[in-house]
Parts: sequence; C-alpha cells; structure tokens
Amino acid sequence: MPDLRLLNAEPSDAERIAIDAVLGAGNGANNRTARDDRTKRHLLLPALRAAQQRVGWVSEGALGYASRRLAVPPAEAYGVASFYALIALEEQPADVTHVCTDLSCMLKGATVPEGAHPSPCLGLCERAPASYRTIAGEQPVEEQIPAVGPPLPQAGQSGLRLLRRIAAGVDPESIDAYIQTGGFESLRHARELGPEAVLREVTESRLLGRGGAAFPTGVKWEAVAKQQALPHYIVCNADESEPGTFKDRVLMEQDPFALIESMAIAALATGSSHGFIYVRAEYPLAHRRLQNAIDLARSRGFLEGFDIELRIGAGAYVCGEETALFQSIEGFRGEPRNKPPFPVEVGLFGKPTAVNNVETLFNVLEVVTDGGEAFSGIGTKDSTGTRLFCLSGAVARPGLYELPFGATLRELLDLAGAERPKAVLLGGAAGAFVGPDLLDIRLTYEDTREAGVTLGSGVVIVYDESADLVGALLRIAEFFRDESCGQCVPCRVGTVRQEEALKRLAAGRAHEDELQTLAELAQVMQDASICGLGQTAANAVASAIVNLKVFAA
Amino acid sequence: MFGAGGGTSSYEELRETADLIILWGSNARDAHPIFFHHLLKAVHRGAKLYVVDPRRTASAQWADLWLGLDVGTDIPLANAIAREVITAGLVNEEFVARATTCYDAYRESVEPWTLDEAERVTGVPADAIRELAHAWGNSRYPQMCWTLGITEHHNAVDNVLALINLSLLVGGVGRHGTGLQPLRGQNNVQGGGDMGAIPNKLPGFQDVEDDALRAKFDAAWGVTIPPKYGLHMTDMFEAIEEGTFSALYVIGENPAQSEADQTRARKLLSSLDCLVVQDIFRTKTAEMADVVLPASASWAETEGTVTSSERRVQRVRKALEPPGDARDDVAIVYELAQRLGVDLGSPRPEDVWNEVRTLSPMHAGMSYKRLEELGGIQWPCWDETHPGDQFLHGRLWDNVVKNPAPFTPVKHSPPVDVLDAEFPLRLTTGRRLESFNTGVQTGGFSSPLHVGGEALLVSPEDGARYGLRDGGRALVTSRRGAVEAPVAFDNNLRPGLAFMSLHFPDLVEVNVLTIDATDPKSGTAEFKATAIRVEAIA
Amino acid sequence: MSVLLAAPKKMIELTVDGEVVRVFEGSTILDACRMLGNEQPTLCYGDTLTPVNVCRVCVVEVEGARTLVPSCSRKVEAGMVVLTDSERVRTSRRLVMELLGSSVDLSTAPDALAYIEQYDAKPDRFGPDAATVVQDVKVDNDLYVRDYSKCILCYKCVSACGEDHQNTFAIAVAGRGFDAHISTELDVTLPESACVYCGNCIAVCPTGALMSVPEYEKRQAGTWDAENETVVSTVCPYCGVGCNLELHVQDNEIVNVTSPHDHDVTEGNLCIKGRFGYQYVQNRR
Ligand SMILES: Cc1cc2nc3c(=O)[nH]c(=O)nc-3n(C[C@H](O)[C@H](O)[C@H](O)COP(=O)(O)O)c2cc1C
Ligand code: SF4
Ligand code: SF4
Ligand code: SF4
Ligand code: FES
Ligand code: FES
Repeated sequence: MPDLRLLNAEPSDAERIAIDAVLGAGNGANNRTARDDRTKRHLLLPALRAAQQRVGWVSEGALGYASRRLAVPPAEAYGVASFYALIALEEQPADVTHVCTDLSCMLKGATVPEGAHPSPCLGLCERAPASYRTIAGEQPVEEQIPAVGPPLPQAGQSGLRLLRRIAAGVDPESIDAYIQTGGFESLRHARELGPEAVLREVTESRLLGRGGAAFPTGVKWEAVAKQQALPHYIVCNADESEPGTFKDRVLMEQDPFALIESMAIAALATGSSHGFIYVRAEYPLAHRRLQNAIDLARSRGFLEGFDIELRIGAGAYVCGEETALFQSIEGFRGEPRNKPPFPVEVGLFGKPTAVNNVETLFNVLEVVTDGGEAFSGIGTKDSTGTRLFCLSGAVARPGLYELPFGATLRELLDLAGAERPKAVLLGGAAGAFVGPDLLDIRLTYEDTREAGVTLGSGVVIVYDESADLVGALLRIAEFFRDESCGQCVPCRVGTVRQEEALKRLAAGRAHEDELQTLAELAQVMQDASICGLGQTAANAVASAIVNLKVFAA
Repeated sequence: MFGAGGGTSSYEELRETADLIILWGSNARDAHPIFFHHLLKAVHRGAKLYVVDPRRTASAQWADLWLGLDVGTDIPLANAIAREVITAGLVNEEFVARATTCYDAYRESVEPWTLDEAERVTGVPADAIRELAHAWGNSRYPQMCWTLGITEHHNAVDNVLALINLSLLVGGVGRHGTGLQPLRGQNNVQGGGDMGAIPNKLPGFQDVEDDALRAKFDAAWGVTIPPKYGLHMTDMFEAIEEGTFSALYVIGENPAQSEADQTRARKLLSSLDCLVVQDIFRTKTAEMADVVLPASASWAETEGTVTSSERRVQRVRKALEPPGDARDDVAIVYELAQRLGVDLGSPRPEDVWNEVRTLSPMHAGMSYKRLEELGGIQWPCWDETHPGDQFLHGRLWDNVVKNPAPFTPVKHSPPVDVLDAEFPLRLTTGRRLESFNTGVQTGGFSSPLHVGGEALLVSPEDGARYGLRDGGRALVTSRRGAVEAPVAFDNNLRPGLAFMSLHFPDLVEVNVLTIDATDPKSGTAEFKATAIRVEAIA
Repeated sequence: MSVLLAAPKKMIELTVDGEVVRVFEGSTILDACRMLGNEQPTLCYGDTLTPVNVCRVCVVEVEGARTLVPSCSRKVEAGMVVLTDSERVRTSRRLVMELLGSSVDLSTAPDALAYIEQYDAKPDRFGPDAATVVQDVKVDNDLYVRDYSKCILCYKCVSACGEDHQNTFAIAVAGRGFDAHISTELDVTLPESACVYCGNCIAVCPTGALMSVPEYEKRQAGTWDAENETVVSTVCPYCGVGCNLELHVQDNEIVNVTSPHDHDVTEGNLCIKGRFGYQYVQNRR
C-alpha cells in the first residue's frame, strides 16, 4: 500500500463485517514482509455501498476502512463517495424515502413529504408518482414504490419481438421457462456460426445502438474484435437514468435471461472473457433477477469461458455516459473521459471494450436467430428492427410499447390514448419538445434527425393543455445542474447560468438579452463540453423556445 | 567504487529504463523525496520495487515486496541472495568471466548462506529471499540504491561491498539503465569527496600516495603535500584522546551534536588547545570554539558549485546579501591565508573552479558557461566537447577488460551493541521527511510536520509489554546514557524494534544513546544499531 | 552493449489556420500550433502534467468534427484541418471566460485576466445575482493558504499531488457539478490531512488560489512588490538529490521558492525542505 496517511476513526463492527463481505479477507501482510496491492480499487463503490446499506450512511470509520483495505487514498475515496447522490456522508435515519420530482411524476402531482428526499426520475414513470425507499440494516430493504405498475399495454399481443416473452407472461426467475420459450437458442446458434459469422450478421442487420447515440453495433463490435490488446471487455449499460426512460428496467425485470444470453453472444463476437452489467441503484428487482439469471445460467453451463459481474451504481445520471461508467466501475469519480480514444480501443481498465445498451443487446438475439438480412428488412432503410417507447404523462395507457421503426408519433399516441397533446417531449431531458404540428413525424432516426429532434432513449412524455411547460423546463434545467459531473467549465457553470436565466424568465424578471444569452449558452455547451450531458443540456430548453415559443412575449 | 566514488547511473536511467529497483536501507520517500519521484515514475511504468529495511517505511509501502530484516543482518541477506542467484543458474556467467575477478572465492564465501540459514539470522522468510533473488537474477536492468541504513554501521564498507557483489553477479553495472546508486545525504557530500575533502584523495579522486599525481599539485600550488593519507573524523577523535591532535578547524559541521556517543565527543572537543568553527549558525560546536568565523549560506549567499548524488555538478548562486559580518567561505579562506602570510589575490569563485578544472581531469570540461547551458553536467567530463557521462564503468563491457572489477567476499559481523536481558530493544535512527540532520536548518521554519518528530516510536506490542502509553513519555537507556522522550506507537514497527530521528537534539539528545563503534575503513559510526531499554515515566 | 531503440516516430502533416505544419505522431494540436508560433490560451494544461482537458478555453475547430476539440490534449491526425480563430472558436472561448469570470475571483490569475481581455469577455453579463464560489480563505498552517474563491477547478493541483508527481494524494475533487471542489478527505484541515507540504500544488496553480504565506501576508499588507522581484537559480541546501531552486527575492528577502519545470531532476517539484526550508537564512538577519 502506498504511503497513505489514513483516517484515524475505526469502523464499527457492523461496518467492518459489511465491507469485509464484499472484499474478502486481508492480504496477509505481517511484520516481516508486505506487498503493495493497488489492483482492487474497482471494489471501492461496492464497499461504500455495503456500508451504506448496512448502517444507512458512510461514516469516517467506514470510509477509512474501505480506503485502507483497497489502498485508495482517503481524499480520493472521499471524492468518489461525495460524487454519488445515494452515498450519504452524514448520519441519517436508516429508513429513507426518495420521492421522484421529475418530469412524469411532476405531471402526476408528486409532492415530497417531510423527511423524504427529492429525487430525479426513478425509471418508474409509467406508475407515476413514484418513489424509492431504502432501509439500512442487517437485511437491507430496497423498495420501488408502487411495487407494481400497470400491465404491459401490449400484453397478450402477438408479433412482438423484444417484448415477446414479457407479453406472454413467462416466469422471469425460471431458467426452464426461459429455455422452453426458445431461450439460449440464439447463443447455441451463435456458437455454431462462430465469431466472424456473428459479426457479419450483426453488421448486416444495420442495428443501431438504442442507448441514445445510435451508433452501429456491428461496427463497434468489429472494432473491438480486431484489437490486439487483451483482454477485451463487454459492458452492458443498464444505468438508465434519462428522465422518462424505463424500458431497460422492464426488460431486465421481466426477461433477465435474455440479457445474459445476448451478452454471451456479444462476448463471443468480440473475443471478451469478462462482462459487466452496470445497473442503476434504484432498480433492486432488476438486481435480484439478473443475479439469479447469471447464477442459473452459469450453473447450467451457458457461460463457459465467460464471466459476468453485476455492478450497481449509486445515484449519478452521468454514469450512463459510457466512459463515466468505466470510471465508476474502476472506483473513480464518474467523470467522462475525453474522446478519442474511444472505448473500442481504450475502454474499461484501459482495454478494448464494447459497451451496449440493454435494448440493443436484446435486438442481437433477434439478429442471430433471424439473420442480419431478415432483421434489416424490418423497419425502414436506415432504422432497422423494432423500437421500444416509454410512454408517460398525459396518456390513458402509460407503459412500454414496441413498434417497428416507421410508425408515426400520432399512431403511437393513439395506441397509448393521448387526447389532444399540447406538447410531447421526445428523447427525455436530453431530447426535444415537439408541438402538435409535428405529430405525423415518423419515428425513425432519419426523420427525427431531419426535424432536428431525437428519439434518444425512446422517451415520449405527453403534455396536455393543463400542463405547466415552464415548470417542466425549470425541472430540466435543475436536473442538468444537479447531474453535471462538474469537470468542464461550459457544463459546470453553463448549467447554472441556464437555470438562473430560466428562473428570471419564469419570474418575469428577465434581462433584456436573456434569450440571446440562452442561445449562446446552448451553442457553447454543445460545442465545448466534454460529454453528451453538457452537449445536450440545453437541447430541450432550446427546442421549447423555438418549437413551442414558450417565452414568446 | 572501483576507483572514483559516485553513483554509477543516473536518475533518468532509473526512471525510464530500470525494470527492478532495490532500495536497501534507504527510506528515500522521506530522505530523498525528489529522487523518489523518479522512482515512482518507474514504478508506474511497471518496474518492480523491492525494499529491504527493518522498518516498513513510507518507501517500503510502495514495494512489490518489503523485506523486514533484523538490524545489522544485511550481509547475511545479501549473501543468501547471491547464493540463490548462483544456485538457480541466474548468474551472468559471460560478464563474470570477462569483467570480474575473485568470483570463486566469493562463491565459496556465500555457500553457507542457505535460504534457511539466512531466515534464521535475518528474520526474513526464506520464500521472500528467494523471490527477491529470482527477481534480481532475472532482471535486465536492475538498480541497487542504498543510503545510511547500509552505511551507518560498524562494518559499513563491507555492507556496501556485499551489494556491489550482487550487482557484479548479474552484470548490473556499466550498462545504460542499470547501476548502483548510493544516495547522498547532503547537498554536497558528493562534491566534498570530488574536491578531495576526504583523507586519502586529492581533487578528482586522485590518490594522495601517488607520487606523480601529488607532484602535479605540488607544482601548481607551490607547496609539498605530505605523502600519506590523513585522518577521518573518527581517527581525529582518537588522536585527540591520545593527545596527538590539538587543533581543529571545523567548517559547516556540528560534531558536538551529530557525533555518536556525544558525551565523549564533547569531552574531547573541549580538551583541544584550539577549536575554530566556521559556520552560518552559532551551533553547539561553535559555542565551544575559541574562534568563530561567521560564514554565508553557501546556496543562497555565495557563488559556487555543488555535486549531486548522480555526480551532476551544478551552480549555486548568490540571491541574498549575507547578514552582519558573515562572509563567504572562499573569502574567509583567502583572508586566513593572507594572515598566515600567503597572498592568494582577490578571490573569485569562478577562478577557484577553473583551477579545479586544470588539476582534476574529470572536471576539465565543466566551464561555468557550460554548467549553466546544460543545467549541470555529470562527471567525468573530460573536455569542453564532452557531454558528461550518464553512467560509469562502461569499460566493464569492453571486449577486453583492462581493469576487471573484483568480487570481495564479506563476512557477517553482528552489531557491536548486543541485545540482552538488560537492553532488549533495538533502537535504530533515521530521517524524517521535513527535517534534516541535526535540525539546525529545518528548525528554522514552522512546519506542521515537526509535531511529535522527536518521539520514540515503538510497536504497540512493545508499548504494552513495557507499560508505555501512546502519547506518554519514556526514559530510554543505553549502555552509554539515558534520555527522556515522548512515546508514539507505530504499526509499521515490529516488536523488538524502536525508532528515533536525529533532528531534534535540543529536545531529545538521541546521540547520548548511540554507540561510536565505527567502521575502520570509512569512519562512519553505528547510528543504526543501539541496544536500549525503555521505562515509562509518569 | 544492448540499448533498446524506440521505433522512429512518424511525421504527421496537418493544416492550422491555412498553414501547413509537420509534427511527430503523438503530438497534440497545441504542439502543432506552437510549432507555428500560434499560441493558444490554456488554463488547465500544464507542461509537466497529463492533460485533463477540463477548462475548454483551448478549444479549436477541426474540420469534420461535430464539436470543438481541446487542442491541449487532442492528438494530431494526418490531414487535419484546424481553425484556431474562427467565430465559433472565439465565441466558445469568450463564453468560457465569462462563465469563469462570473463565478470565480480571478484577481490574481494573470493568464485568465489576459484571456478575458483578449476575447473581450464580459463576465458581468449574467448580472449581480449570478452564483459564485466565494468562500472564506483557508489559513490552517504557516506555509501556504488555500483561497478557493479563486479556484477555477483546473485539476492541476490534484494531478501534481497525485500520480503525475507527488503521489501523496492529499487532495482530490469532491462533490459534483457546481459544488465540485478541491478537498482533503472529509474536508479536514491540511494539518489533519495527508499533506506533506511539498508545495507542488502551489507550483502549478494558475490562479493564486494556492499561495505561500509570505506572499499572502504581503499581499494582504499591501507590501507585495512583484515589480522589483529578482529570481536567482541555485541548488537546494538539503539532501544530495540536487534539486534546482529558483529563489524569488523581494527586498533582500526570499518570498517564494520554485523549481524550473524544464529541469529534468525536478520537473518543477520540490519537497517541504526545498520549498519552505529557507527560513533559516532569514532568521539570521
Ligand atoms: C449523460 C449521458 C447518459 C447516458 N446514459 C445512458 C444510459 O443510461 N444507458 C445507455 O444505454 N446509454 C446511455 N448513454 C449513452 C452511452 O454513452 C452509450 O452511447 C451507449 O451506452 C452505447 O450503447 P448502444 O450503442 O447500445 O446504444 C448516455 C450518454 C450520456 C452522454
Ligand atoms: S459535459 Fe458536464 S457531465 Fe460531461 S464532462 Fe463536462 S461537466 Fe461533466
Ligand atoms: S503541498 Fe504537496 S502534499 Fe500537500 S496538497 Fe500540495 S501537492 Fe499535495
Ligand atoms: S486550487 Fe489552483 S490548481 Fe487547484 S484546481 Fe483550483 S485553480 Fe486549479
Ligand atoms: S419515475 Fe418520476 S419521472 Fe420517471
Ligand atoms: S487547456 Fe485545454 S482544456 Fe484546459
């Protein structure tokens, strides 16, 4: 261990036991020999989370103990702990409720009771207003509230692809039920085909990433497969924190084996021996079911030569940005890295890494089963396959919908039962508002790009006549101000100035060139920020000003 | 080492090329912090670090493996490593055959040091010794670095030879990237040696007993230099005791506090007929002097040069006017000469330096101008076109080696101050990061790190056994004297081992305890191994 | 004797503001600009530090890139076409300086002040209520003070204290977003922290947020006299490593000690003794 000066406070027995449970026994230094081992830092967040779950906060003793065990400088451990909203560094009650005050829940009249913590979107928007409760203790409790949402709107329908098993109500905890409904057939087939053929199919499918950036999955995988540096990693981005998004949660909760299977295929194609699934902290049911699925798949021999680890976040939207996600897994602050180099060359632990969204990976099963060519026949020329949409807000039947690319926004809204929307937010807080004039837009990458909006992560939040759009803009500005990692100046200070300007506009105290200032902020945040968070932090606001004329005098 | 005394390689080689670094008896993290920066760059680059030290020091905490040997068992450990390298067939046979002598005798001398025997004597587990031996034997660019942990022993020179032997075994010297680095404790110890401030050499490591060389100096200086070696500090003290030595001119040293067994040192100093002290401070030694010559601070109030651990000669310059009557060392010496009847003219440091360049071939190419332009030059630098040598002894890799390097078998000789029932604890001494030697200089600034620096550090186990309290006080007694000191528990010490720094003599006179058993060859005292007992003071 | 020779480096050709320039592969756009004598503004870039590219004042336009790119860290590619003074670049740089100037006290940050002037930035455009990082100066030891009202969060001190140089890791960035700040563990004072007072953070701080006590006190007292400061280089009087020192002297008194960044023994770094241990020569006065 480097010559670190360590915190003096000792952990309590409970904290020590909880941390040791994650870290295992010590490294056997004695008074004659000792080794410096700086390879365990990636266990820092799991260790802090263990202490948090056990006693409800991370005390000086627990922080110091985790630092000492992992040879992490205490100042850095503190920097990491203080980065995450769900790691408390001051004592708090064991029982804490986080109440969502974000876009969809706002529309359903969310209020924060005395003693509860306000929270950004919890990914439960179809059952808004929602909250998330944690009770620390020997048997820690984590609950999503309400525990169940409305049924899948398309339940029982045939013709669904990604939602097929969910619509049929297949038991998500039974590997036999999964196998009986065709599970692990794609993996078997992929193994027969071999890595190169799988890569070819995925490339031919023209599958684009569903995490927001719409990058071709085949290109990404081929780039990783051909890298000399070893090992290669495959990472599933299940941090899903874009306000209004809940699709990945539904997939992981209701069809977890499919994610494990698709990761095994991704590993095969990219030559990876190790995979990580990084799930946001607020999805306890998904954690349980994924772990169950990993354990069962492993014990049945489906994961030979490939290992999957579940990693759990601690409340930071920016950790969904792929390089921030790597930093988080590695035990650093979730600060995005500058690109290039891209993850396919320098990714997790500095090694070539394929990072994919949950929904993207689900599509891979279809690609392998049907063949890339058949897959590319679904949807439109530039947007192949089907797409999941997260409907919430002013709709009669909120929830997750699967449609082939090419359907129009109006068709989707009709399915969900939206009466005369005033505005629709597409793509989440990082997306854009559209007005009633754009309802006939086809929901494809090419059509949205042309209209200057985005599908993003499939968010569709509907605002009716009664909705407070200015309030929504203020909430979005607040969201980005809270979630900025703080690294780069345009985003760290720009998000604050944006919020200040909006508050003045909302209060009728605007400076005379306020809209001009907002436009300039938008341009520079987009041009000069390090990552997608800062680059998109002004999008929704700008679109509301332009498309909806929110602040037109 | 094989002639001129200096580190054989450079910081840059350590930083950029070394693949294995051993710090032996050196806590460079604290004592040579910027050297440690270079070392850490190597570690981050992937070089392996092994640290041999009784204490798990700050440096040891960066090590791939730390070996916590008993104080004074360096030779057994080194010899066991050698034996294992030989047994495992990892000797650089080609190099040994071509560039060394006395290998057979050496091999025989290490034969008794099996891993188990070494474990018994040093306390270090055999596995750890084996691991280090194999790392050493397999390294392409090994670097061996040491400091006072090796040299402050009664058998200092043997300790150093044991390490040199290890380097010869694997061809770890004379090539780019590999070498031996004795880290110098003071900014110009190296330069002092370079300039002949040692009993047996003239400037440029030219031997005093070599007639031809001496004649060169005699001619230049118009004097006759006595044709025999002078005395070490320790010899001088003995000579004072014997009554053959009656006057001492001390420049920038503080023997009244820095010498081991202080009680004796002070008694002897006060028995001198004449003690002249030239210093920038009124030190304890100056207080005993007949004449004090106030000097200027050589690094900020005068012009000149100093030489660093990597043999790099660099310029020091005057930034401040010295206070009061203080004058720079050159001026004082010239004035003294004048009073003694020799007119040396009006002194200019650059003239003195240019004289050095005419007499010491290894400094010949180092004009002030070049020193300035190149940011210092590593000796040897033979002429004004020579860039200086980054590493020494490249000749050992010539096809035909004219002066092969000898192996020197060395024997274990345990510390003189033995542990027994009455004095059961081993006290070792060392430096702390923020302080320096007797603290005369570092005492001058208000460092938040000084707090508690004078404490006796013991393991919590010993603390409990001897009834001490963390934060309490103890009476520390050796065979020579006793001092009182505050106590602090330190998890990085093992039971049986205690530690004190030397920096705070005004608070705790550690050298009342230390033994003045000195190495006959180098004259260094055994600061590192004192037998003590401790008792709590209420 | 065997010496491993690194593969010879390839030359890359690119265009900067219409001028063609050839640089070694692995160089940054900033390196290429400097070859042409076309200096770019930088705040978080340090000549001895790994780029963190967070301040974004050095951004340039690269043809074909969706966003602007940081010249301090972006590696050159063959055929790159770079614009360092387009309207888009100027707007970004100006706004970045306005964002900094409106939130941070830049009064002792000479470079930042110069860029504000150069890009005609108006930090007060956000009005008097714009949030700032103003806070009390941290004076908790006798060697240096930390005034984070002046901190632009350039991460340089963290890099210097961390793996780039000192490896003490006494400070890190804590918190998130606008609350992100440089901090010791749990925000304890320096004497309670791991800090070893090497001052290597002070040496790289571009804003005066980190300042030696003599400088701080003289500035407070109005006796700071930068005009009449002389700088003399010499060698540290302590251990044998041979660190070069630059003594900054005002009125026959040492007020700061630094080390040249381009001297390969120190790369600008020192330890507590070299940086602060000079007081004894002054105590004799
Ligand atoms: C601030 C920010 C948050 C993001 N959050 C997520 C997320 O939660 N899930 C996700 O899959 N991608 C997210 N992304 C996109 C990822 O960076 C990355 O593009 C994606 O995981 C790649 O997977 P795909 O190619 O399968 O879409 C986010 C990007 C940014 C800039
Ligand atoms: S854009 Fe925002 S979130 Fe992204 S790196 Fe910059 S400060 Fe962090
Ligand atoms: S003085 Fe040194 S140790 Fe302290 S914070 Fe600065 S760089 Fe780190
Ligand atoms: S204190 Fe100085 S060096 Fe550190 S982040 Fe702030 S401005 Fe940069
Ligand atoms: S759960 Fe509240 S907005 Fe998504
Ligand atoms: S100098 Fe390039 S981003 Fe700061």
